[in-house]
This record gives sequence, structure tokens and C-alpha cells, in this order.
Amino acid sequence: MIKSLLVMLLCVFCLPARAALDASLVRQLADEDSSRKVAAISALTQAADPDALRVFKAMDEDSLFLAGGKVVVIDGDQAFDAVTGVPLKAPDSPEPISVNNRIRGELANAMAALKLFDSDAGVRLASAQKLQSKAGPELAPLLARALEKESDARIKDLLTLAHAQANLANGDPGARLAAVKALAGSSSPSVKSLLLPLTDKSLESNTRVRYAAITAVKDIDGRMALTENLGRVFSGLSLGSILLLGALGLAITYGVMGIINMAHGELLMVGAYSAYAMQSLFRAYFPDAIDWYLPAAVPLAFFAAALVGVVMERTVIRWLYGRTLETLLATWGLSLILIQSARALFGAQNVEVANPAWMSGGIELMPNLTLPWNRIIIVGFALFVLSLVWVLMNRTRLGMFVRAVTQNRAMAGCVGVPTARIDTLAFALGAGIAGLGGLALSQISNVGPDMGQGYIVDAFMVVVLGGVGQLAGAVWAALGLGVFAKLLEGWAGAVIAKIVVLVVIIVFIQKRPQGLFALKGRFAE
Amino acid sequence: MRQSMTIRILSALDRKSWLALATFLALTLVAVPVLHLAVAPDSVFHVSAYAITLFGKIMCYAIVAVAMDLIWGYCGILSLGHGLFFALGGYAFGMYLMRQIGRDGSYQSDLPDFMVFLDWKQLPWYWSGSDSLWWVALLVIVFPALVAFVFGYFAFRSRIKGVYFSIITQALTYAAMLLFFRNETGFGGNNGFTDFKRILGYSITSPNTRLVLFGLSALMLALTLIFARWLVASKFGRVLTAIRDAESRVMFIGYNPLWYKLFIWTLSAVLCAIAGALYVPQVGIINPSEMSTANSIEIAIWVAVGGRGTLIGPIIGAFAVNLAKSWFTVSFPEYWLFFLGLLFIVVTLMLPHGLVGLWKTLRQSRGARA
Amino acid sequence: MREFLRKVIGIDPEKCSPEYRVGYSGKRRTLDLSHNVILYLEDITVSFDGFTALNKLNLAIDAGELRCIIGPNGAGKTTMMDVITGKTRPDSGTAFFGQSIDLTHLSEPEIAHAGIGRKFQKPTIFEQHSVFENLELAMKTDKGAYTSLFAELGDDERDRIADTLRQIRLDTQAERPAGLLSHGQKQWLEIGMLLMQEPKLLLLDEPVAGMTDDETMRTAELFVSLAGKHSLVVVEHDMAFIKELGGKVSVLHEGSVLAEGDLDSVQNDQRVVEVYLGR
Repeated sequence: MIKSLLVMLLCVFCLPARAALDASLVRQLADEDSSRKVAAISALTQAADPDALRVFKAMDEDSLFLAGGKVVVIDGDQAFDAVTGVPLKAPDSPEPISVNNRIRGELANAMAALKLFDSDAGVRLASAQKLQSKAGPELAPLLARALEKESDARIKDLLTLAHAQANLANGDPGARLAAVKALAGSSSPSVKSLLLPLTDKSLESNTRVRYAAITAVKDIDGRMALTENLGRVFSGLSLGSILLLGALGLAITYGVMGIINMAHGELLMVGAYSAYAMQSLFRAYFPDAIDWYLPAAVPLAFFAAALVGVVMERTVIRWLYGRTLETLLATWGLSLILIQSARALFGAQNVEVANPAWMSGGIELMPNLTLPWNRIIIVGFALFVLSLVWVLMNRTRLGMFVRAVTQNRAMAGCVGVPTARIDTLAFALGAGIAGLGGLALSQISNVGPDMGQGYIVDAFMVVVLGGVGQLAGAVWAALGLGVFAKLLEGWAGAVIAKIVVLVVIIVFIQKRPQGLFALKGRFAE
Repeated sequence: MRQSMTIRILSALDRKSWLALATFLALTLVAVPVLHLAVAPDSVFHVSAYAITLFGKIMCYAIVAVAMDLIWGYCGILSLGHGLFFALGGYAFGMYLMRQIGRDGSYQSDLPDFMVFLDWKQLPWYWSGSDSLWWVALLVIVFPALVAFVFGYFAFRSRIKGVYFSIITQALTYAAMLLFFRNETGFGGNNGFTDFKRILGYSITSPNTRLVLFGLSALMLALTLIFARWLVASKFGRVLTAIRDAESRVMFIGYNPLWYKLFIWTLSAVLCAIAGALYVPQVGIINPSEMSTANSIEIAIWVAVGGRGTLIGPIIGAFAVNLAKSWFTVSFPEYWLFFLGLLFIVVTLMLPHGLVGLWKTLRQSRGARA
Repeated sequence: MREFLRKVIGIDPEKCSPEYRVGYSGKRRTLDLSHNVILYLEDITVSFDGFTALNKLNLAIDAGELRCIIGPNGAGKTTMMDVITGKTRPDSGTAFFGQSIDLTHLSEPEIAHAGIGRKFQKPTIFEQHSVFENLELAMKTDKGAYTSLFAELGDDERDRIADTLRQIRLDTQAERPAGLLSHGQKQWLEIGMLLMQEPKLLLLDEPVAGMTDDETMRTAELFVSLAGKHSLVVVEHDMAFIKELGGKVSVLHEGSVLAEGDLDSVQNDQRVVEVYLGR
């Protein structure tokens, strides 16, 4: 106890003594001329004395005063000597030191720079990150010193970048060249914009530096294009997953029953509204567990859509087997009724379905490549549903029956497969999967009565491309279509991309009329 | 035994049908104008401007329905892309109407308002010539025909049929709709073309112009019907139905279905486009929503309600459904979609031959009882 | 450019030239019977996903011959007909009609024009059309779309249809919709349609399936009377019928010809017995 008191005392006495600032520079802070103030700030920062932080902070908070030719910090009714930090008697008529916006900016930078010498690594890291975008040439020596002292590898990397940036305006071509070379490894757009002036002949006279800058910009462009494309591939994958969820159900119903269900998009809508309903339920009764409404909505979405599917199959589709074009029209009628029902139940406007907290944010893979959690989870969810369907189709009795009916309805009936019940079950399954797709969709797009219409064309394209009744075909077609569309969107815009995709599909069907994974031989008419 | 073309066209319809057609033309070309212009507006016999526009519009739809029947009813190809051809015809003619506005638009510019709004300095190249009615009339026919021909050639050549074809046409229409939604496409984006003022210098809202457009629609409908009747009665028509019923047999006896399908498909598209061109000046607006999937499928339901493969059925269907629509959307707007949805289901489930089929069955059963 | 058209869009520029249209003009590809052989199949192989339907099949049919093809299910009989009529393209091998017409490069309608008619296993006729119209559609004439628009039947054409109607014993049914005929009558109608095409070679896939014995015998008579003027290839399981036809018999097994000869010698062939009865 006594010991620690002693230490504290020691500190109190030692600190000011050790950290005395250059008095003339501190005095200069109170100069009338802003430029001289700035020069003083800069000079004080160069000294890399953490004690200057105290003065800067006071200045920034407008509590730095000039009293009797001395610069003092006045905090409430206490006063300190700005140079030594020693408490003083409160002066009688302190003159405030004016701080304009320019000075404030300088102060902010200076304080950030000084934090580089903080003992806490976290503070240093934050400071280094802050300096990434605004390391001016005056900071170069400071950064060099901080770099020397730094031991943490991550902070060191950041400092190296900042140091190089600061050196870009250095008068010495050698220093500039070194800086450009150090920055060439970056992949951030802001570094690129820093380097761009150096590629201009009128702004950079040294040829070697200019060439190095040109190469560096090229390198950065290459890396940026890569990350951008990676980002697009990823959003393509997540779009593909949605398409897959939509198309899986369609592939089952079309494969098994040979019917085109135009109301499939509305089954997606049923799933999305299930998420909305479950969210409202949680908001009303379990507001604490609101983040968990989504998992709770999974079974609801599946069974609600499946139920609608069963009703559709039993009342309408059942009577139209073998008349595909008529089924197309009848199911379109069903879709109109479903849309209007949704309007009557939930209103014509879009409803708001919020992401649970655990789905917001993302993983930052690279400086300008962030994978949002909601999309990652959707990709995972699609994989999960896909594997579930695969197991169901290939490892269960129901799946075997379904495959039997797909291949040869009459023969399956002859060997005792209850084809009528299989139809209903398969339709319910396809509808349920669409419901799950709608649930996933509710997390990344608007939920409204006619949301299904936009996705149905794409889902059909997947089925057409993938071939009828082929799970593998649907998977490859969905992912391929998603990634292809997103990559195209990158350089041609969304509409042109859609049109190009359509044209590609039409051309593709020229070559393989039965889709990617077609049945061949005598069964293929 | 070779007959002249005139005789064969005359024999395309029987006497009763010619009589019905003549009555129809007398009504639309003589009676309606008289009742509209010469009868006082408060009289029971006065035909209102609203009624003329409504029936003129429905007659355009009826032309589309006949075109759809040719391809679907007779050749078994269900197109979900007829809305596209209708809209293409409408847009082509709309270009002319936009140019006829002249400097009377909100910006008092030679360019259509939306181009001024986009800060365009001159007309895009594909607008050149759009101030000439004849050029535009040519465009109404040639451009949709070209689109239909190229698309049809590739689709039919690779033997895309059944629902595959329907879906591909749906996707085509969808893509075109997205294209027309873009402002850069140069067709007014979202808003399309509207605020027309004149046609051939005559005010587009004057009763006379309206009656002429109405009469032209009626005439076009009559011509379409006669031509279609002649076509399906020819050997060409028999090959079409043969393709519908057993395409592989048709191939193995030496017909190439490609050219038959392509001909009827392109013809059907052109009829739609002409209907669209007649429709736009009467309704006064054309925008990309004409290409929505819903519109194209609705055409199919007109045909199904009336009765496929009967030519007269689709006309009846177009009138029945559209009159119901205009009544519903005024009286019970929220129930229209329910009604339309049910109509789709009931017709496909219970009335596979439509109203015409129902009437025939009823007459037969009465004949059997008597 | 030609390569581009052929590879990318699939248009063969050669096929666009008018003289290519076999049967319309027939200038370039008339049937050449100089070696008295109407059909050559050489080393035809067709496989679907690893299953070999035809395995180096060799077959030659003489002009005017009546040939019967027998074989167990899956021997490749239908696939062979698909190859000849252009429905299936062989993976390798050549198929020639006469000396000069390469069937593997023609489409179904072109092959029909060249003079090959086919009857399917399941009778395929136009059920909505009348019997008369079925025959009218099949009749040998210019079958282009444009011609059909303005085509009209002449008197001699009506006579020909009437003749064929009598030949297939459907003259009393001429105006009935074909869908209302009995199964046997449908078979006859399809044969009638084949005759209207005036083909040089007739491929008949199980023509007497579903016929009564009486009808079967009459069909045999008809076929025998056709032979000589036409060449016929008949696929059948009915041995009595084949005996009645009395032509040469080829036995197909696992995609190639196992044995050839008259019915008696084939029936006594040890390998054929094994194939049909199993070991």
C-alpha cells in the first residue's frame, strides 16, 4: 500500500520533469497567425512526445489560454502550465487561444499521430488505421520513428503503408521511389488515387518514379479487379443459391409430373410472408428472442407453402395431367388468386422483414471485399436444403418412388407405386422447398404480393438449362447462371446482363435441346 | 377444277358467316358513327366516346386473339410472347405519334419530351423517318416480323416445343420489357409514349378521328378473320393441324415443319403488331408494362374462353373477358384478379373447348332430345 | 465465314442453295440404282450413354427386295430405322440410299422426299383429320409451305386417293375422322399414307401388331404385291406373317446382324436359337 503510494507520488513528480515540452513551440501555439500555429503543432508532433497530446487535447477543447505571456490549460477552476503540466494558481484574465477549422483538422491529425506512441497496442492500431488515408508529408519522420519502435506486425504493416504515403511528396526522388515501391503491394482504391498524380508528367518530373508509379497503379488495378471479381463471383453464388432454391422445387414438380407450375413464384411469396408472420409473432410475444424468429420460421415456411401446394395439386393440377399447356394456364390462374389473397391479407405494400442481428455485418476478406453474413448464410442454407433433397430423393423409399414415377409413370403404377399419392407428396415437397427459398429471399429483398413474379422467369431458365428432373443439372445451372449474370452485370449493367443471359440460353438450347444433363436414348423423345 | 383466288376466298366463309360479317361491318362503319355524331348525347341511342374507345380497344384485342388462335389453336404452339409483338407494333406507331406532337410538348422542342429530359441533342438513328406515316406503317409490320422470324427460326430449328417454347417466349418478352424500361433505349423508359396530339395533322381526340380509328379496327378485324378462315381451310391449314397432332409423322411424310411453323408464327406476330398500332392512338398511351408476362398470358385466356381452333371463339372470348374486366375494375376492383384467376382454372378444367364448344354441346344435346 | 455459319449458328450454307433441296428438284441427288442395291448400311454404330444400340451394323437391301428383320427386344431394330430415316445420327459408319444419297447428312423431310417411307411401331396418323385428308397430306407432291397455301386437288389426284382408299379397304370410311378407326384400320391407314408417298423403300415397324388373323393375311398379300416395284424392310415378331411374306430374313442381335437367309435356315441356325431361347 505504502509502496504503491510512493510510486504514485514519484510519478506525479517525475512526469512533468521528464516530459517538459519545448516552451517556445508551446508559446507559438498562441500566435495570432494560423500558419505559425500550424507550424508549431507540426513541430510539436515531430518531437513525438506523448505529453504534447495533453496540450493538443486542451487546445481542441478550447481550454488553452494565454495568461501573462504563459500558455496555460484551464480545466474548470484548475489551471496547469501547458509546458510542464504543473498545477498553477488560476490566472486573473486568461485570453482564449482561437482555434479555427483548419487548426482543428491539424490537431486531429496530430493527436492521431501521437497516439502511435501510446503504450496500448489497441490505441496504436486505431491510430495507424486512421492515418492510412491522410498521411501527409510532414508526418513522414514521425511515422519513421513509430515504425522503428513498433513491434506488433499488424500495426507495422499499416505504418509502412502510411509512411510510404507520407513520403510520396518527399522532395527526394529516392524517397519517393521507395515509397511508390512500398505502396505497389496495396490493393486499396485510396492508395491508387494517391499514386495517380505521380503518373502524370507535369506533376512528377522524375522518370524513374513516374514509371514505378505507373507500374504500381497497374498492379493495384489488377488486384482491385481481382477482388471485385471475387466479390461478384460471391454475389453470383448467393444469387445462384436463391435461384437454386426456387428451381429445385420446380425441377421436382416438372420432372415428376411434367407440368409447369406458373404459381411457383407465389409459393416463394408464401414462404417470405411466413417469415414476416413469424417476425410479427415474435415482436408481439417474445420481443427478447426476436433474433430467433428466423429459425422458427423455417418449418412454418416449408409447411405453409407445402400446404398451399397440396391444395393446388388436389383441386386443380390433378385433373390436368398430360395437358401441360393447359396446366400452365390453370396454374397462372392460381398464381393470380394467391397474389390477390396476399394483398387482401397483408396489404398491397411491401412489408418489412428485418435481418436478425446475427445475420448483419460480414467477414472482411480483403480491404475492399466484404462478404455479408446474410448472403453467406443463404449459400449455406441452400447447400443444406440441397443435401436434404438429395438424401430424400436417393436414400428414402419416397425418393425411389418419385424417381420411378419420373422415369416411367405407367410402369411405376403397374408395380404398385401409388402414383397419385406420390404426385401429391412430390408436389408438396417441391412447394415446401419453394417456401424455404422464399424465406431466404425475404432476407435480401423486398417482400410483397408480387415478389414471386420476378423470380419465376429465372427459375424456369434454370430448369430449361439444367434439363428436366435432374438435380445435378439444376445445381450447376443455378450456380452457373447466378455467377455468369453477376459477372456480366459488372461490366454491362443489370438489364443488358439479363438479356445476354437469355440469348446465351437460347443459343445453348440450339446445341443441347434437352439441357445440360439430358436423358439420352430411346426415352428421350 | 382449279378455282380462282376470289372464289376461294369467298368460299372461306359460308353464307351465314358472310351475312354476320356484313352486319358487323354495317354496325361498326355506319350505325356507330351515326349514333355517335347525329344522336343527341342525352338520348338512349347515343354511343358515347367512352364506349367507342372501349370497343375499339377490344377489337384490337380480338385481332390479337385471332392471331393467337392461329398459332396456338391450329398449330399447338402456346406463345407467351404475343404481348411483345403487340407492344412492338404499338411502339413503332407511337414513334410517329410522338413526332406529330411537334413543338407542342412541355419543353417546346422538336425532340420528344423525354429526350429533352435526358438531355439528348438529336434523335437516335432508329428514329429517323419516324415522321412519315408510311415509313412507320412499314416499320409496324417489318420490325416485329423480323424479330419473330429470327427468334422463331432458331427456336423451331432446334425443335423447341411445348412448354419449353412457351417459357422461352416468356423470357424473351420479359427481357424486352426490361430493355424498354431503360431510358437509354430511347423509347421513353418507364413512361413510354403518351400525350399524343395529332395523327396526320388531325386532332387525335376529335370525334371524327376516333370514329376513323374505330372503323379501321373493325375493318382490320374483319379482314383478319376472313384471311385466317381462308388460311386454315387451305392445305396449309391442314398441315398445321397435322403438326399439332403428330409432328413426327408430318416430318416422315416429307413436310419440313420448320417453314410451316415459322410462317404462321411470323404471320401471327405481324397481326399482333398491326393490332398494337391501331390500339395505341385509341388508348393514347404505350409503355413497357404492355410486355409484362401477365398481358401475354391473358391473350391465351381470351382464346381459351372463346374456344381454341375456332377463330370466331377467340373473338367472342376477347370481348367477353375484356368487357368483364372493364366492369369489374370499375365496380369491384379488388375482386378482378380473383375472377380472372378462377376463369383460368374453370376454363381449363371444365370448358376445354370454350364457349363455342359449350354452345355446340348444348345444341347437340337439344338436337338429340328433340 | 462458311465455317462460322456451320459451327456457330448451325446453318450449312450449302443446304441453302436451291438445288440442294432434295425431292423438290432432285437434280443433284437422284436415286442411283446402278448396282441394284437400294440401301447400304456400313459399320453403323450408335450408342446412348454407354449403351451400344447398334454395333458395327452391316446391311444391304436389294432394289425390289422384301426383307424381314427379326430379333429379340433391344436388338436395335427401331434404332436402325431411326438411323435410316434421319431421326438418330450414327456415331460412326455410313448409310447410303442407292449409290449416291448419303442419309446421314439429310433431315427427316429430306429423306422422305428422297423416297423412304416409314411406318411406326405405334400407328401415328392425324387423328383429327378425316381418312381422306390423311392420304391427301401424305400424297407425293411439292410439300413446301408456300405451295401448300395455294395447293388444290386435281381430278387425277382425287382418283389416286380413291384408289389407295380401295386398296386399304377404307373407301367407305373416307370422311370419318381417323381417330375413330379401329386399331387395325389405323395400321392400314398408315400403310396407305406410305403408299401415297410413292416411296422407293418402305420401312415397316411391326405393321400387323393388333390386327386380326384375316387382316394379317391380307396385309401379307399387299406387301408381297408391292415387292418388286418397291423395296420393303419389315420388322416383325409374328413368324406366321414372316413365313407368308417369304422373303430373306436378317436376325439382329445386340446391334449387329447375327444371321441372314431364308426363314427355315435362320430358324435352324444354332446361334439364333440360343439368342431367342437363352442358353
